Amino acid sequence: MNNEITGAEIVLKSLAEQGVEVVFGYPGGAVLPIYDTLFKQNSIKHVLVRQEGGAIHAAEGYARSTGKTGVVLVTSGPGATNVVTGLTDAMMDSVPIVCITGQVPQHLIGSDAFQECDTTGITRPCTKHNYLVKDVNKLSSVFHEAFTIAQNGRPGPVLIDIPKDVQFASGTYEEKNKIIIPSHRLFEPSPDFEKNKIEEAVELISKAKKPIFYIGGGCINSGPKASTLVREFINMVGSPVTMTLMGLGVVGSSDKNSLGMLGMHGMYEANMAMHECDVMINIGARFDDRVTGRLDAFSPNSKKIHIDIDESNINKTINVDVPIIGDVKQVVEKMISVWKDKKYKIDTNSLNLWWDKINKWKEVDCLNYNNEGKQIKPQYAVQRLYELTKNTKTFITTEVGQHQMWAAQFYKFEEPNRWLTSGGLGTMGYGFPAAIGAQVGHPDALVVDIAGDASILMNIQEMSTAVQYRLPVKIFILNNEYMGMVRQWQELLHGGRYSESYTDSLPDFVKLAESYKAVGLRAKTTDELDDVITEMIETKNTVIADIWVTKEENCFPMIQSGSAHNEMMLSKDQKQDKKSAEKGKILV
Amino acid sequence: MNKSVYASPDQVSETKRHILTVLVDNEPGVLARVIGMFSGRGYNIDSLNVAEVSNDENISRITIVTHGTSEVVSQIEKQLLRIVPVHSVTNLDQEGSSVEAEVALVYIYISDTNKKKVYQLCDFYRARKIENENNTTIFEIAGASERVNRFIKEINEITKVEIVRSGPVAISSIKKNEEE
Repeated sequence: MNNEITGAEIVLKSLAEQGVEVVFGYPGGAVLPIYDTLFKQNSIKHVLVRQEGGAIHAAEGYARSTGKTGVVLVTSGPGATNVVTGLTDAMMDSVPIVCITGQVPQHLIGSDAFQECDTTGITRPCTKHNYLVKDVNKLSSVFHEAFTIAQNGRPGPVLIDIPKDVQFASGTYEEKNKIIIPSHRLFEPSPDFEKNKIEEAVELISKAKKPIFYIGGGCINSGPKASTLVREFINMVGSPVTMTLMGLGVVGSSDKNSLGMLGMHGMYEANMAMHECDVMINIGARFDDRVTGRLDAFSPNSKKIHIDIDESNINKTINVDVPIIGDVKQVVEKMISVWKDKKYKIDTNSLNLWWDKINKWKEVDCLNYNNEGKQIKPQYAVQRLYELTKNTKTFITTEVGQHQMWAAQFYKFEEPNRWLTSGGLGTMGYGFPAAIGAQVGHPDALVVDIAGDASILMNIQEMSTAVQYRLPVKIFILNNEYMGMVRQWQELLHGGRYSESYTDSLPDFVKLAESYKAVGLRAKTTDELDDVITEMIETKNTVIADIWVTKEENCFPMIQSGSAHNEMMLSKDQKQDKKSAEKGKILV
Repeated sequence: MNKSVYASPDQVSETKRHILTVLVDNEPGVLARVIGMFSGRGYNIDSLNVAEVSNDENISRITIVTHGTSEVVSQIEKQLLRIVPVHSVTNLDQEGSSVEAEVALVYIYISDTNKKKVYQLCDFYRARKIENENNTTIFEIAGASERVNRFIKEINEITKVEIVRSGPVAISSIKKNEEE
């Protein structure tokens, strides 16, 4: 047959037809045929990372900042096992990823061959779906199905494991539109079933006296239009709105209805409002334990509406009154039209009383911190970063820990897809490669990884990647020489015994940057901070800004594990009741 | 109209046995996906049965017996539906009327003293003797799990036995549109 091409060529052709522009990867023995084909073409760009874990976080950053599917290409064995953390991360945070792994040739599978591992077995629980492709003629249909599954319904990672002999074998390519995916393999909400639920939900909202919208990452996954509709609907209702860590940016920080983030380190007013509301409208959030606090005391007097594309999230931890299964954009669009058709209007008096109450809570000023002295407070560093970047198109990524929470509290997001953080899995080392991915997707934007000194070292090797591709990513390290969040928990829950949470022998981050031919900057006092941030922004190169912050600052407000929304700790001096602290200690 | 937002601990529904039948694409790894979901999320499998459905070789039916509160079992059903090759999940206990059966093979250590009693019991339970080349006494009994349980309990009181059981399979007995 003349129109036969090799498996490796089918891989590249499938990617091209799927509109893939960039692949993040690392070569190795079992993917050499694909890399050889990659070499002979120009349409798909490859970004060579320095460890496979960096590739998948970069693909996540690319996907979440652009809304496209991130693609990863790694080899068998260690190549595949190194992406497991990133796959799990993408699974938890619903990021569309297609990960291609090489596999030893089929006749060696099961023989403990060099760089062999059971990739599909290892990644089964941390992917939406995975494939071991044994027949070259099925390769293109597998690719097209994989891309559809990664994006369809609740997005997530899909892995395709390709034995080396299949990459060499010849077979026929089938185009995307020739592939029919059976409907049971995809998510298709039934609109008829939802219609009466939507009417019931909207009626419930119209009768609310103390409503609150609780917005999650599902709104962002549903596309920018979803955020616009959510904002429009909230404005029509006039209700306060709070967002999860993953939902920041759906409603702008400066929006008059926004109470900011809720949850463990969320705003006092947001958590109190969640506790006291009478109607809660959850759109695209999943009642995560960082958000709910103690389950039996979670928002005890409210009727709950839950809009989610994944039915398994309904009644998983919190029982709801009106569940609606569907895509946020479609559901909210229908809710708006019902609201308009029925000329609903919320009772102004009750709403005003509700806002009065919320404004009282706002007076607590929960983010207040002591900003005296020359030493830089980490909160202040993030505030200054925000002030000096707010007029630029900026993407913020983070690692995981105190700096992540301060970034969420003090950086104000006005748009979706600008905030990339590892929420579900809490992966230290996520932020820097994710920033690389975001910069690849948005070459002209400012991309800043707000990092901690411990987290940044988990994927510091990617400095080499950033410099090679001239990606002007900025790493903004809030350096306190501690694993800050671990230290904070040890202080609050383990009697101040700082077991292994201090990092001795940290590198000199300025020299480290310079050794990669990047730029290193340092601010030790408040006077130096603005100059360093300004220089960092203006430098057209990869920058590490090492910001020395006060070492033992704690992240407040805080709902300690095992406590409820109305039991927030505002400062260290406010001692927890000892019994509930003991109970919370066993939780994470 | 709406159920209570918070089921207080004493209102949690009781733990019950449930039979789930799961229709799946017959592709490599599908069983691992299904049972991996159970172990990964901490659910129980009491018995498991997999076989191709005869009229369509691309589809298999997995029958799982599990136990849990109705909340847990409903979560199991939803988690199963997330698995890409899963077509459908049916909770047969929820359907109300279903027929279930399993098969047990019983190797019976027989002697002159117990022979009569054993054969009487097998006859009573309609267990069928399976002829085999070694001329050992092997009986086959099919039926609802409870019946098999009773048989095994009683035969155990008479003599030593070795047992293999298939675990139950079940089918809904609700009248279907026959044309389909």
